[in-house]
Formats: sequence, structure tokens, C-alpha cells
Amino acid sequence: MADLAVGAQIPEVRVTPDKYLTARYAGASGDFNPIHIDEDFAKAVGLPGRILHGLWTMAQVARAQTEAAGGPEHLKRLAVQFRGMGVPEQEVVVSGTVRESGEGKVIVDTVAEQSGKQIIRNAEAELEIA
Amino acid sequence: MPVNSQAVGKTYEPTLYAVGREKIREYARAVGETNPVHLDVQAARAAGHADVVAPPMFAVVYSAPSVGPPIFDPEIELNFAMMVHGGQEFEWGPLVVAGDEITTVTSVKDISERDGRGYYVFESVSINQRGEQVCRGTWTNIVRGV
Repeated sequence: MADLAVGAQIPEVRVTPDKYLTARYAGASGDFNPIHIDEDFAKAVGLPGRILHGLWTMAQVARAQTEAAGGPEHLKRLAVQFRGMGVPEQEVVVSGTVRESGEGKVIVDTVAEQSGKQIIRNAEAELEIA
Repeated sequence: MPVNSQAVGKTYEPTLYAVGREKIREYARAVGETNPVHLDVQAARAAGHADVVAPPMFAVVYSAPSVGPPIFDPEIELNFAMMVHGGQEFEWGPLVVAGDEITTVTSVKDISERDGRGYYVFESVSINQRGEQVCRGTWTNIVRGV
């Protein structure tokens, strides 16, 4: 388990979604919205191109918590706000800081950034540590 | 055009999702999980689980059949073409493992308008075959230009 004292940084999660990630995640999640998998469609509706699924990025935020805490059973709550949009083939960096700790409960403030822009902000995770 | 908030409180029919081992593995690989409890049944059993463990965010998979229909409910008049996913919260109970059967009920928690945007908030509650609440999801969708 990572250091989860107040003020500690949880270990960063860094991941670069490859060109075909959105297709794999669409299949795995069942979200086939064409803005995620069809370059022409995405551009036709005014996007720069295919964008990442926000819930995939949220899964990276979740993974940062479960890896810091030592397993999926520790993550009891996660709330996020989606901002802007993520794109394939650019590194996503998840970082977080422990804000509160006590009585077996830890609160971590987290963001996910891509090219210096937050794509998930104000994320708050609650971990249960026995 | 003001948003139509008459559907607040409306609850939809339950959906049932049977959690499969290979679906968990497919999802875990797509989100980059490396913890073997999500990928390897022997590792999961050695860690005290009945089968491979769903990552917490697998909640989006078992609740999807429930949270999809309200978005397209004509009574809600949600303009899907202008919708963005604004926020998401999950609160988890006991872990979900392959073989579980998850029943999810979604309801309309709030419909409101601020600064020309419509906020459509749905709540999903998911229960396993033992009646334990495994997840509560709060889905906030924002519609521009209402």
C-alpha cells in the first residue's frame, strides 16, 4: 500500500491510449457512440477527431486509487467532473493528493490531465483502509 | 425553451445483468488493469474471491442496460445530440465477481436548468443476487442550448 497520510501524493498513473483503444473500450463497455470510434463522424459534429470515452478516463482515475490502496475492495466512492475531452495517442496522467485520513477512511483529491489540460477535475475518491 | 422536469421521480423497470468471467477480463484489459484478481481465476481464488473480480468501474457495464433507456425516454425530452456527460459518481458495496447476477433500477433524480444548460441527473441502484447493494451511480448529463 502507498503512503496515504494527509498531504501524500498517490503514485501517478500514466497511460497512453493507443490508436485503437476507443474501439476496444467501446466493445468492452458497450458504448458505441460514434464520436469515440468514427473519425469522420466526430469531425462532422465539430470535434477535432475521435475522443476518449470519459468513463475510460474515469477508470484510470479509479485504477490510481485501487493501486495506491492495494486492491479494488478499498475503493468505496468516486465522484468526478468531466471537462474538455481526451484524445487517443496522447499520454493521460492521473495524480492525486490525500486530503483527509482517519478512522479507516481516506479521501483523495485527484485530476486526470492530458497535454497539461485537465480532462477530469475535482475528482474525489473515498478509500476504506482496514 | 425551459426544461421539462415533470419526469423527476420516475423509476424504470429493473434490468438483470449476468456477469461473465470473459467480459470482466475483456473490460479489465481495455482499462489497463494489471491486478491478477481481475484477470486470472486462480489468483482471484487464492485471494479469497469466488471468481475473477470486476474492477469497480465495471459498474458501467452492468448498469448500462438500465441507464440507457431513460436518456431516450420521450417524456424527458432530452436532446441527445447536444448532450455531454458532465459528471459521474459511484458508491460501491461488496465486490462483484463473475457469476453474479446484478439487478439495476434507474430513476430520474433531478432535471433543472442553469445558464442555458439543462442538467439531467439519473440515479442507478444495483443489487446482487443476495440482495446486497453493490453500487449506486449518479449520472449527470448536461444538454447545451436548452
